[in-house]
Amino acid sequence: MAIFPIESQKTAQVRFTLNGEEVDVSFAPYKTLLEVLREDLGHTGTKHGCELGECGACAVLLDDKPVLSCLVLALECAGREVLTVEGLSNDGRLHPLQDAFADCGAAQCGYCTPGILVTAKALLDANPHPSRDQIREALSGNLCRCTGYLQIFEAVEAAMAKIADETKNRTEVRGGS
Amino acid sequence: MAEQEEPTKSLPIVDSQPSREGSRVIGVPRRRVDGRAKVTGQTRFADDIFLPRMAHCKLLRSPHPHARIRSIDTARALARQGVYLVLTGKDLPIQYGILPVSQDEQALCLNQVRHVGDPVAAVVAREELTAFDAMDLIDVDYEILPTISDPEEALATSAPRIHEYGEEGNIHKQVALEFGDVEQGFAEADEVLEDTFFYQGNTHLPIEQHASVAIKDPDGKLTIWSSTQTPHYLHRALAKVLEMAPAHIRVIATPNGGGFGGKSDPFNHEIVVAKAALLLDRPVKICLTREEVFYCHRGRHPVLMKFKTGVKRDGTITGVHLQTLIDGGAYGSYGVASTYYAGALQTTTYHIPRYRYEGCRTFTNKPPCGPKRGHGTPQPRFGQEVQLDKIAEKLQIDPADLRLRIVENPNTVTANFLKLGTVNLTECIQRVVKISDWKNRFRQLPERHGVGLACSAYLTGAGLPIYWNKMPHSGVQLKFDRGGGVSIFCGATEIGQGSDDMLAGIVAEVLGIDPFDVRLFTGDTDLGPVDLGSYSSRVTLMAGNAAIQAAERGKALLAEAVSLKLEVPKDRLCFDEQRVFDSTAPDRGVSFAEAICLAEARFGTIGTVGSYTPPKSPALYKGGGVGPSPTYSYSAAVVEVEVNPITGWVHVPKVWIAHDIGRALNPTLVRGQVEGSVYMGLGEALMEEQEFRRLPKRLSHALVHKFPSMLEYKSPTSLDMPEVVTELIEDPDARGPFGAKEVGQGPLLPIMPAVANAVYDAVGVRIDEVPITPEKIMKALAEKKAGREPRFGPDHFPQIKWPEALRVPPPWEGGDGNAVNDTHREKPHPTKEKLLAP
Repeated sequence: MAIFPIESQKTAQVRFTLNGEEVDVSFAPYKTLLEVLREDLGHTGTKHGCELGECGACAVLLDDKPVLSCLVLALECAGREVLTVEGLSNDGRLHPLQDAFADCGAAQCGYCTPGILVTAKALLDANPHPSRDQIREALSGNLCRCTGYLQIFEAVEAAMAKIADETKNRTEVRGGS
Repeated sequence: MAEQEEPTKSLPIVDSQPSREGSRVIGVPRRRVDGRAKVTGQTRFADDIFLPRMAHCKLLRSPHPHARIRSIDTARALARQGVYLVLTGKDLPIQYGILPVSQDEQALCLNQVRHVGDPVAAVVAREELTAFDAMDLIDVDYEILPTISDPEEALATSAPRIHEYGEEGNIHKQVALEFGDVEQGFAEADEVLEDTFFYQGNTHLPIEQHASVAIKDPDGKLTIWSSTQTPHYLHRALAKVLEMAPAHIRVIATPNGGGFGGKSDPFNHEIVVAKAALLLDRPVKICLTREEVFYCHRGRHPVLMKFKTGVKRDGTITGVHLQTLIDGGAYGSYGVASTYYAGALQTTTYHIPRYRYEGCRTFTNKPPCGPKRGHGTPQPRFGQEVQLDKIAEKLQIDPADLRLRIVENPNTVTANFLKLGTVNLTECIQRVVKISDWKNRFRQLPERHGVGLACSAYLTGAGLPIYWNKMPHSGVQLKFDRGGGVSIFCGATEIGQGSDDMLAGIVAEVLGIDPFDVRLFTGDTDLGPVDLGSYSSRVTLMAGNAAIQAAERGKALLAEAVSLKLEVPKDRLCFDEQRVFDSTAPDRGVSFAEAICLAEARFGTIGTVGSYTPPKSPALYKGGGVGPSPTYSYSAAVVEVEVNPITGWVHVPKVWIAHDIGRALNPTLVRGQVEGSVYMGLGEALMEEQEFRRLPKRLSHALVHKFPSMLEYKSPTSLDMPEVVTELIEDPDARGPFGAKEVGQGPLLPIMPAVANAVYDAVGVRIDEVPITPEKIMKALAEKKAGREPRFGPDHFPQIKWPEALRVPPPWEGGDGNAVNDTHREKPHPTKEKLLAP
C-alpha cells in the first residue's frame, strides 16, 4: 500500500468567514490563502500572476484590509473575515465599483480586475472621497498590463460618485420617514 | 516566402456602411458584452478550470544556456509517491514551430538545450507540489557547450551551431531587398544622415501566466483549454506532434489574461499536457510560474539598426537604407517574419522613393524572441522617427512641419509594393500639434522640460496567412433561434481586446437587435469556423467583415419572409429595436423573433455563414508576403517630459495622441486600446528590458535572465501613468467593417521615439537606444558637459556579409512587383506549405 504523500494530506482545518458566510475547510497546511480559495473552496475569482507578492492580482480583503493572498497562509485566517470578488455584489446587484468598471472599460482582459476591485473597495470604505492621487497610490501595488490605468481611475471615481449619491438618498429616505 | 496567388474569390460582401445616425450599436460607447463576467470574477481563464481526477504537470527546465543532453534518468522521479508519469524528449520527438520554415522546436528537448529554461522533462503528479519535488529526482547529464550571448558573437562564432539549419553558422535568416537605386537617391540628396540605434528586447508580461488543461474526451478524442491567442495554429501543431487526425483534436482558447503577442506560438507545455492526458486518460493541467513565463518569452527582439537617409533641403526624402542586426534567441518562432517586418513598414508613413533593407537574425542562447505588440516594427520606427527629429533640426524645419511635408498619400502603392488604404496621418499630426500646443512648447519650454513628436503606421491584419493556403482568414456562422436570439460561432480569440464585443456589436447592428440578444461561441476549433487568431491586429477587420456578411445573409432571409407576410417590398423593411417593420409605416411590423419564425417556416432552419479573405497584394517578390494588409492605421503622438539632470530620472506628465482608426466601433474599448498602447510604449521607452548576464566563471559562466520576476522587471504602475489626451480621427475606410481600422498595436509605436525626441528637447542629449534609463541620460549629460557628442547609443554597426539584394523596381520606375534578379525562385505550388506572413 502506497504511503499517502504529505502534500496531499489535508491535515489543517480552519473556520473563517468568506464573503459573509462561515466556511470550514480542510487543506494541506502549507497552502496559502490564495490556493485554498481557488483549489479547496472553488473560489476562482481571485487570480494569481506571480505567487510572490509582486503583481497584486491575488488581492483580497482580510478583515477589511487588502492583502496579497499569495503571501498569507490559510492557517492564519482562522476566525477572520475574507472578502473576494465573489462577495462584492449584494442581493444580486453588482457593487457600484463593478458596474463602473464594466461601463468605463476598466476591465480589458479582466485578469487583474478582481484584485483591483477589492483594493478599490477597501479604499472607498476607508475614504469615500479619494483624490486621483490617492486612487493612484492605493492601486499602485496592482499591475495592469492592458488599460494604462486611466479608465480604472475613472471607474473608481464614477463608483465613488454613485456610492455618495446612494448614501445621500438613503439618508434622505431615512430622514423623511 | 512565396508570392501570392489569386485568393479564392470571396463572395461579395454586402455593402453595409450605414450612416452614423442610423447606428444604434456601432460608434456608441458601450459596456462590453463580456464586461459583467470580468468584473464578477466569472471569466473562466485556463487555470480556473478544475476537473475531477485532474493531475498537475511541471516541466524540468535546463539550468544551462547551451548543452548537449548525454542522458536523462527518470527512475527516481517515477518512484516518487504521487507521480503518475514522467515524459522526456523521446516521447515527443516530432519538431514543430509556428512558421513552416522554422519547425525547430521540440516539446521536450531531445539532444540539446539552447537556453536556460528550455524544458527537458515533464512530471505529472496528483499534486502540483509532488511534481515540483519530483523534478529534483530527475538526473540529467549535460555536456556544457559554448554559449552565444548576442548577435555579434553569433556572427563571429560559426560553431557550435545552435541549430543545424538557417543561412550558415548561427545566422538564422538574412534578407536583402532593394526598391530602386538608393545610392542614386543619396547622390541627389542635400544631406545624408547616418545613425545607429539600439532597441533592447522586452517582454509581454501578461498578468495571466500561461496555463493549459487537457483531457481525453469520453469518446477518446483530445480537448485542450489553453491561454492561447492562436487556437487554430495550436490545433495544427498538436496534430503534427501527436500524430493525430486534426478532427480528433479540439482546442478551446480560454479568454487570455493578456496576450500582447506572447501567447501566439504553439508552446511546449501545451503539447506536453495533451500527450500526458492521452496517456493517463485523466485531465492534466499546467500553469507556468512567473519565472517560466519569462523563459517562454517570444517578446520584442533586441535590434541594432543603421539608418542612412538622404533628404533634400525642403525635407523631401530621396532614399533610405536600413540595416538591422536582430537577436533572435534560441528558436525560430516568428523570427523570419519579424526579420522582414523590421524592414517592411518604413514606407507606409512618408514618401520614400528609393528604399533598401538588409536584415540579419541570429540565434543566441536566450529565450526565443517573437511577436510583441507591433511585431518587428517598433524598433525601426524608433530609429526612423528619432532620425527624422535630427533631420528636422539639421534642416531647421519644425519636426511636425517636416513630417507634414512628406506624408504618404492614401491609396498609394509604396516603393515596396504595399497598397495603402486611407491615410489620415496629416490629420493626426495636425491634431496633436493643436491639442498639445506644440508650436508654443517645442524648443521653448524651460530647461529640463521638453516635448517630442513621432508618428507611425500599422497593419490592420496581415494580408497573408502563416501557412500557404487559399482559404478565408476568418469565418463566422450564425444560428438564428426562434426565441429571437442569435448565436455567433467564430474562431476569433478574446485576449482582452474585445473581439467578442466586436462580433456581438456588428451582428446586433446589422440585425437591429441588442448585443445582449447575442450569444458567443468563440475561440473553439470544434464549434466555430477558423479565424487565424488574435495577432497582427486582424480580428476586427477580418472577423468583423465575415460577421457582416453572415448577418446580411440572415437579414436577407428574414426580410424575404417578412416581406411576404406583410406584403411590403423588401427594400422598405427596417430592422431596428428587435423588430422588422415597414419603414414608411413603422407600426406595421413583426418582432425579430417572429421574423425568424416566418423565415424558418419558409426556408427551414436558419443559419448563415460569412467569410473574409484579404485582397491580393501587388508585392509579388520573395518576402513580399510580409507587410501587405487590407489597410493601415496611423498615429501621431506628442510626449512631454521632465528630466532631472541630477538623477537622470525622466518623468512623463502628459501624452497627446491622435489615431486614425477609420471608425471606432465601441469608443470605450478603442480608448482603452490607445491608452493601453501608450502605457506599454512608455514602459518600453523608459524601463522595460529583457536582460541577461553571465554568472561568474566559478559558478558556471552560464547566461541567465537578469531578473525573471515582476518585481525586478520594471513596468509602469498606476503612479507612473501620465495623463493621456486621445483623439480619434474617424474617416471610414471602405475595407474595414463599418469603416474600422486597427487600434490595438499602432498607438504604441510613436511613443518610444517621441520620448527620445522629448528628452532631447528637454536636456539636449540624444539617447539613441531604448529603454531610456537614468543611467544612459547621466552618461550622455556627462558627454555633453565634456564637450563631446551629447549622445548615448551604439557606436558601430558590424560588417555583415549580405546576400545580393533582390532588386524590385518601385511602381514609379515601372516595377510590376517582381524582383528583376530572382533567378532561384521556385514557382509557387499551391499544395506546398510555405512561409507567408503572420
